[in-house]
Amino acid sequence: MSARAFLNDLAAIFPKGRLLTDPSQLAAYESDALTAYRTTPRAVVLPQTVDEVVAAVRACHTHQVPFVARGSGTSLSGGSLPVAEGLVIGLNRLNRILRLDPAERLAVVEPGVINLAVTQAAAPHGLYYAPDPSSQLICTIGGNVAFNSGGAHCLKYGMTSNHVLGIKAVLPDGEVVQLGGESLESVGPDWHGLFVGNEGLFGVAVEVTLRLLPKPESFRTVLAAYRSMQQAGDAVAAVVASGLLPGAMEIMDRLALQAAEAAVHANYPAGAAAVLIVELDGEAQAVEAEFQHLRRLIERTGAYEVRVPTTEAERQTIWKGRRSAFSAVGRLSPDYIVQDGVVPRSKLGQALAEIDALSARHGIRVANVFHAGDGNLHPLILFDGRQPGAHDRAESLAAEIMRLCIRLGGSITGEHGVGMEKRTYMPDLFSPVDLDVMWQLRCVVDDLQIANRGKMFPGGEAPALGHSGPHPLERAGIISRE
Amino acid sequence: MTTLTTPEAVCDFVRAHTHVVPRGRGTKPLLIDVMPGATELDLSALRGVLEYDPGEFTFTALAGTPVAEVEALLGQQGQYLPFDPPLAKRGATLGGTVAAGLSGPGRYRYGGVRDFILGVRWVDGRGQLVHGGGKVVKNAAGFDFPKLLVGSLGQLGPIVELTFKVFPRPRAYATYLIEAPTLPIALDVQRRLTAAPLDLEALDLAPGPRGVQVQVRLGGLAESLPARLERLRGLMGEGLVRHGAEDTALWESVREFVWVPAEATLVKVPLTPARIAALEAALEQTSAVRRYSAGGQVAWLSWPHAVDVLDHTLEQLGLSGLAILGPSAPGMPGGLIGVRRSRHAFASRVKAALDPALRFPEV
Repeated sequence: MSARAFLNDLAAIFPKGRLLTDPSQLAAYESDALTAYRTTPRAVVLPQTVDEVVAAVRACHTHQVPFVARGSGTSLSGGSLPVAEGLVIGLNRLNRILRLDPAERLAVVEPGVINLAVTQAAAPHGLYYAPDPSSQLICTIGGNVAFNSGGAHCLKYGMTSNHVLGIKAVLPDGEVVQLGGESLESVGPDWHGLFVGNEGLFGVAVEVTLRLLPKPESFRTVLAAYRSMQQAGDAVAAVVASGLLPGAMEIMDRLALQAAEAAVHANYPAGAAAVLIVELDGEAQAVEAEFQHLRRLIERTGAYEVRVPTTEAERQTIWKGRRSAFSAVGRLSPDYIVQDGVVPRSKLGQALAEIDALSARHGIRVANVFHAGDGNLHPLILFDGRQPGAHDRAESLAAEIMRLCIRLGGSITGEHGVGMEKRTYMPDLFSPVDLDVMWQLRCVVDDLQIANRGKMFPGGEAPALGHSGPHPLERAGIISRE
Repeated sequence: MTTLTTPEAVCDFVRAHTHVVPRGRGTKPLLIDVMPGATELDLSALRGVLEYDPGEFTFTALAGTPVAEVEALLGQQGQYLPFDPPLAKRGATLGGTVAAGLSGPGRYRYGGVRDFILGVRWVDGRGQLVHGGGKVVKNAAGFDFPKLLVGSLGQLGPIVELTFKVFPRPRAYATYLIEAPTLPIALDVQRRLTAAPLDLEALDLAPGPRGVQVQVRLGGLAESLPARLERLRGLMGEGLVRHGAEDTALWESVREFVWVPAEATLVKVPLTPARIAALEAALEQTSAVRRYSAGGQVAWLSWPHAVDVLDHTLEQLGLSGLAILGPSAPGMPGGLIGVRRSRHAFASRVKAALDPALRFPEV
């Protein structure tokens, strides 16, 4: 069938203002936060109801047109990159919190609801939504579900999939299914568990039931500065061995510290090769007792300066520096690539030493910020996109770091997903049989392979490589890449 | 019945048989449904811990490894599986725990078996060894097969290897018990506790002849427990404290289901606190023993009558159930009763992709 017939079908579903076909309108949807990739879709629709999503998906299936569901476009793996000649289903207008039930500690939300909006709605009841990707001011629950988003608290609290109770989903042929329910427990296979993290390949989540937690009563934070990265890594090992379970453990290296200092004047200790932030959270009396242990332990890790914030404002300053580190790196370099590798925690020191060596060998600066508690590294590879070949050289260093993570027994992605960016590394992580089984599943769930075609699997259609550099929202300091 | 000791042997076995029903050590007999023409595949000899580094908070073991063996190993390093895998003392295996999708009272604190599974290797319907997930605590690559296999009841194939996340075990525990005279009062206490910023290891309701006992378990550093117990007293009213061996024995009896008589059927019913009153009302005239666990997220029923009666009751209430232990109950494949939530297009497509020849049970 022709493109005209497809667009006619869409025009019968969507009024003019919510069916975008003009090149100037489509430009806004050409890429997500992985701006190295750009593709112009054939059209964008902006549904306001579940029925409209179903109708759009059915039209795609009928006309065999690929579609990409998209929220705020904060994917760092190119997960919401459009398919050329395909449809983008923009879900930001499906942004209602349908139900907030404090007694049952759950929220039922549409996919376009902003992550932080769930916590804001729950706050009057003393509750919050735990997953906190650093783009939480702008990223949507639909995107979080598709990519199983993480954040700084994953060791203790888990990822998005650990906080989703149920999903109403539109499969790629328009069939609507209810997976999971409202209970934390279930019988039979964990269908919603499989759906979370599908990277858009199983269809579109149109209603998501989220679990809410009581906001921790108390936070106690310690910041320790070290003369070497090795000492900071050893300190993490000591905390882990102590039997404490921090809500967050974060490390920044020298370059990342310089950037954070320049950006927000977090007043981190001067001259540190690494700064470790450890935070305990939970019931006040329990946290207080554990914090005494933590302080004594940190005192013995060779830190040349240890700081304990005594007010909430001081604590927030520490975190502000940490959160700003990524966008702050923009002050050190016009462009950078952010990575999302995972290594076993005991190999953090080795991984960082090898990244240092790779950085020196390639003559490319790498800043490191990472979630030390769960071994999730975010090396930032700095380059200047105006120099010919600089992006390619940075990419080749990125590839070596990715392979390093695999070699050390880790993963190519902790929280950003595979998307476009890491497709080629899937065969390094999974056997041909593993990939074939995933592919078989993909083909049975989506017989035409129209849902987010070209993502996750190696060898999908190659999109045009275009501009590189920070997302406009990132330049504005609204989102960051961690 | 055949006993195998390597994942490769399991592959060969699966390829050689048209209909295969996987089993571990049979601690949850109602979940094993061997239809005529099917061959049982015993995975209990496929055992042993393959990797354990306490500093990583992870271990990898063959699926037939007894939970108790793993817990002993973890315990030496002050670590544990916080979800209290049920029936460990009776010999439950890691694979059986995952396939059954069962978590004990400790799931209240940090989550259930689905929240601690990180990686899996299993044999699919084509007889291939497939791996999903990873061996690190954070990973977002590929479809989440580990979660899919939680509660899969063998219908997607035998699980042969598992990787779990573990946590440091609390140094000390204490339990606070109060007797609520009525169910509404008990539910109200439960609501206050679940809404409060408390770090509770377990929160169970045990209805009895004199009302409903509310059981709250605390864990942490010993020096913090007296003040935390005092706080519970303020929230819940006067009650009893259990320490040490008494605390241990109480929760062990909960997770081992020693309170379920041999002639009764143990049934798991997922629900939410708001559904408890209706279930209690429906069971009022029966002699079923009930326990509401994990802050009202699951009911455990000791059902003394024919299971088809309960099947009907649950369906009326819009609830699902899983019959686990007790007299055999024909006509309930895999122990599933009440509302069948796996009858949707996503389920049938996943089954078709992973087991196209229907080699494994259909439930």
